[in-house]
Amino acid sequence: MTGLVAIPIIPGVNCEHDVAHAVRIAGGRSAFIHHTDRALPAETGAVYIPGGFAYGDYLRAGAIARFTPVVEAVARAAADGMPVLGVCNGFQVLCEAGLLPGALARNVGVRFLCQDVHVRLETAGTPASHRLKAGNVLRIPINHGEGCFTAPAEVLDLLETRNQILVRYCAADGTVDPADPVSNPNGSLRAIAGVTNPSGNVAGMMPHPERACEAILGSADGRPIVESLVHAAQSAPAPQSAGAGGR
Amino acid sequence: MSGPPLHRQLGLTDDELERIREILGRDPNRTELAMYSVMWSEHCSYKSSRVHLGRLPSAGPQVVLGPGENAGVVDIGDGLGVVVRIESHNHPSFVEPYQGAATGVGGILRDILTMGARPIASFDSLRFGLPVAQPGRSDPDGDDTGTAKQRWLVHGVVSGISGYGNAVGVPTVGGEVVFDPTYAGNPLVNVMALGVMPLAHLQRATASGPGNAVLLVGASTGRDGIGGVSVLASAGFDEGEDEKRPSVQVGDPFEEKKLIEACLELFRSGLTVGAQDLGGAGLTCATSETAAGGAGGMDVTLDTVELREPGMEPFEILTSESQERMLVVVEPENVEAALGVCAKWEAPATIIGHVTGSGRLRVGRSGETVCDVPPESLAEGVSYERPMSRPDRITALASRDPHALLPRLGPGVVPGEVLRLMTSPNLSDATWIHRQYDHQLFLNTVVGPGRGDAAVLRVKDTRKAVAVALDGVGRYCRLDPHRGAALAVAEACRNVACVGAVPIAAVDCMNFGNPEKPEVMWEFSAAVDGLREACEELAVPIVGGNVSFYNETSGLDIDPTPVVGVVGLIDPLDGIPAGIGFDGYGDVVFVAGTTYDDLGGSEWAWWNHDVVCGSAPTIDWTAERAHNAFLVDVQKGGLARSVHDVSVGGVAAALCECAVAGSTGAEVELAAWAPDLTMEDALFSETSGRSVLSVPPGVAESVERLAETHGVPLHAVGVVGGDSVLGIPVSDLQEAVTPAW
Repeated sequence: MTGLVAIPIIPGVNCEHDVAHAVRIAGGRSAFIHHTDRALPAETGAVYIPGGFAYGDYLRAGAIARFTPVVEAVARAAADGMPVLGVCNGFQVLCEAGLLPGALARNVGVRFLCQDVHVRLETAGTPASHRLKAGNVLRIPINHGEGCFTAPAEVLDLLETRNQILVRYCAADGTVDPADPVSNPNGSLRAIAGVTNPSGNVAGMMPHPERACEAILGSADGRPIVESLVHAAQSAPAPQSAGAGGR
Repeated sequence: MSGPPLHRQLGLTDDELERIREILGRDPNRTELAMYSVMWSEHCSYKSSRVHLGRLPSAGPQVVLGPGENAGVVDIGDGLGVVVRIESHNHPSFVEPYQGAATGVGGILRDILTMGARPIASFDSLRFGLPVAQPGRSDPDGDDTGTAKQRWLVHGVVSGISGYGNAVGVPTVGGEVVFDPTYAGNPLVNVMALGVMPLAHLQRATASGPGNAVLLVGASTGRDGIGGVSVLASAGFDEGEDEKRPSVQVGDPFEEKKLIEACLELFRSGLTVGAQDLGGAGLTCATSETAAGGAGGMDVTLDTVELREPGMEPFEILTSESQERMLVVVEPENVEAALGVCAKWEAPATIIGHVTGSGRLRVGRSGETVCDVPPESLAEGVSYERPMSRPDRITALASRDPHALLPRLGPGVVPGEVLRLMTSPNLSDATWIHRQYDHQLFLNTVVGPGRGDAAVLRVKDTRKAVAVALDGVGRYCRLDPHRGAALAVAEACRNVACVGAVPIAAVDCMNFGNPEKPEVMWEFSAAVDGLREACEELAVPIVGGNVSFYNETSGLDIDPTPVVGVVGLIDPLDGIPAGIGFDGYGDVVFVAGTTYDDLGGSEWAWWNHDVVCGSAPTIDWTAERAHNAFLVDVQKGGLARSVHDVSVGGVAAALCECAVAGSTGAEVELAAWAPDLTMEDALFSETSGRSVLSVPPGVAESVERLAETHGVPLHAVGVVGGDSVLGIPVSDLQEAVTPAW
C-alpha cells in the first residue's frame, strides 16, 4: 500500500499540524515522522517538509536540520524519485541539504513578512503542480524572514532553461516584476518563489499552500498544490518527470 | 559591610521580616530571606491589590475556572473550553525591549500550557510615548523620553514579539498599540494568550501524593532574571535603569517549542499528576505553590538542577527566572516513561525532589538544608490595605469644560481638522506591525489583525469561532478611573460584537503607578469598581487578571490603565464576518447609537488642540447592551458589507478608517447622525455604544427594522462611493495614516 504523505518533524518546525490538516482535506493521509527516524514508512508516497524554525534557525535557516537522520532518509528517497515538497523552512532545509539549487537570504526589507502574495505557476506537470496550468495565478500567504531567493546568475539561467522554476512572485494580474517591492516583497532574484530539482520530483517554495486551502481562511488557491502532492503520493511510486508541460 | 540590612536590599520591610521570624520561630537564613522577598513581592503576592480584587465578578454558568489559577477557563460547549490569560511585561520591556517583550510572550504561553492546552493564539496591548511630535509642539528628541527613544522601544518590542512568537509557533493574531506622553518613561507591554482544549484534559497545578517525583523539565537554570519580580516588577524607575538589565530574562523560543511538545505529550499520555510553569520567582514559586496546593510538603535537592554556570548560590538557583522551564509531578512508576517523552522532544529533564506530607518545603544542597519553611507561607504572601485618597487633579480636570477651550468648527475647516486628527499615531495603520507577526499558524484565523475590530478564530471540527479584542483607555481613566475602566470593558465587548460574537468572558491587566501613594491606590480601587460595574452590566465575568504596579519613572506615575481582553463566541460561524472597509458602491452608510457632546479625553481635543479635561464619555448600559445585540444580529444575518465601532476619534475617524480599509470613499452628510450637536461634537465625540455600518441598499430596510426591534437609534448618513470622504481624498487619508517612523 502506498499513498502516505510523510511529514518530517524536526525540532522547531511548527506547521506540521497545518500540513496534516491540508493533506486531510485534500483527500490524503499523512503521518508525522520523528527527526531521529532513519527511514520513511514503507507506504510513503510523498514527503511534505513543513515550515517553522528547525533547530531555532539559530545558525542559518535549515543549516542544522539537514544533518538529521530523517532528512538523510528523505534525500535517499528523493534520489529514487520520491515526490518531495518543502515549504518555507522546509524549502530552506532542502537547499541546505543540496537537494535544491540556490539559497534563501534575509528579506531585502530585513523584517519578517506575514502577508498574502500572488504567485504565477511557471512549471506544470511536476508532482507538486500537475493539477495546475502554467500561468495560473495563486493567492497564497508567505510567512518568513529569510525568503529572498538567491543563486549565481548562471545558475538562474540554467534554472530557467531547464524549467526548474516552479513559481514566481507576481502582481494580481500575473505580471512579474522582480524590481517591484509590492509584488516581490522579499526581493527574490528574478522573483523566484519556488524551484524544483532537475528531475522535478523535489520542489521547494516559500509561500505556504497549506495555509490557502479553505475559503473561510481567505483563499483556497493553494489547494491544487496540496492535491497535486496527495495525488502523486497515491499514484504509482515511479516519479513523474519534470519538464513536461513547462511553459 | 555597610549599606542597609539584607532584607531591605531585597525589598522586604522591617515588619515583613518580623512576620517571617514569627512564621519560622527563628531568623531566616539568606536563602530563605531571598525566597520570601520574591514571593512577597508586589508582583507575586498582589499584596496591595488583593483586598480590592475580590470585588470583581468572576462567576457565571460558563466559567470553569476563574481568577487565581494559571489561566481562566470558559466553557464554550461540546465539551470544549477556552483557556485565557493576560500578563504585563512592562518593566523588562523598558530596560531591554526585545527580550522583555519576547519573554513576556514566552511566559504567558507557559501559563496556557500549564492548564493542559496548546496555546493557539496571542494578542498584545502595547503603549508607548509619542513616536512623533504633536502638531505645533517641539519634539523633545534627544531627551530620554523623546520620540527617538520611543521609536526604538516600539521597534524593539515588536521585533521581540515577532522573533519569539513566530519561532515558538504561536500566531500573534491581534491587539492594540496606543501612544501617549504618559507612557514615555514607562511603556506598557501586556500580552494575552489563548488555548482551546477538551475540558476533560484540564491539568491542575498541584503536587499531590506523597512519594511522587518532582521533575524539572526544559532549559537549564542560569543567573538571568534573578530578582526580576522584586527588582524590576515591584519598584519604579529612576536613574540607572541600565543597571537593572541583568534582571531581565533572555528568551529562547526553540527551547520553549520543545518544552510545549514534551509537556503536551506528557499530559496527553496521562503521565503527570500536576504541573506548574516556572515564571516570576522561578523554582521558589513553582515548588511552594504546588506543595501548598497539594499534599502540603516537598523535599527538593538543588544538586540535580541543571545549571548554566558553576558556582551558583542556592538563592540564585531558587530565584532565577531562567525561561522555558516547567515543574511536573509524576508517580514513581511513570518516571521512566516521562523522562523518555522528554528525551524524545530533546527537552532536558531531571528529578529534583519528591512530594511529602510533611507540611514543609525543604531544600537541600550538597547534603545541607538551605531552606525549611511552610510552603503556604511563601505562596500566600502578605496583604495590605493601603491608604487611599482621591487625587485633587481629578477634581480640577473634571471642573473644566473642554468646549470652552476648543474652537467652534464651521464646515469649511472640517477637512483640515479631520486630516490632522488622522495623523495621530493612535489612528495610524498598524500593518507594518502585523506583517511581522505570523498571524495564521494553526489555520484558525478567519479575521486577522487589522481586518476587523476583533480577531476571529474558528474552532476546528466544530461550527464555533471565538473572537478576541483587547482595549484600554488611559486618557479617560486620567479623568475618571471608574468610568474609564468601565469604558474599556464596553469597548472590548463592542469590538467583539462588531464581528458578530457574544461576549462571554474577560481578563484584565491593571497597569498603575506606585501603590504606596494614596492617590494611586484610590485610582486602582475606583478602576476595580468600574470594571465590576461594566462586567455586571454586560454579563461578562472576569476569569483572570494581572496587576502591574510601580509604573512610574522618577516619581511620575502613568495614567491609570486597566487593559481589558474580552473573549466572544460565534456559534455557528457561517462565513467570514464583514470587515471594517467600505466595499460596495451605493451601499447605505449608517451610524448606529446616540451621540452626546463627549469631547472630554477625546483624541481630537488632545491631538489637535492639546486639551484633556472634563468628563470621560457617556455610557448608557441599556443602550450598550442593545447596540451589541443589534451588531451580533446584523453579522449573523450577513446583512452588512462593513461594520466598525466608533471609538478613538469619533465618527469622523471611524468613517475615515472604513474608507481607507476599503480604498473607497463615501458621500456623507455632515453631522446627520447628531443634528442637534455642534459640528465638533458630532464629528469627534467619543460617546460609547456606537458604530458605522455600510449596507447594500436592498437590505437597508431590514437593518432599520432590526435596529428598531433592538431599540437602537440608526441614522442613514450617506452612500458609499467616490474617492473621498468628509471632503478628503482617500489617498490623502492613506498617506496620513501611514507611519513615517
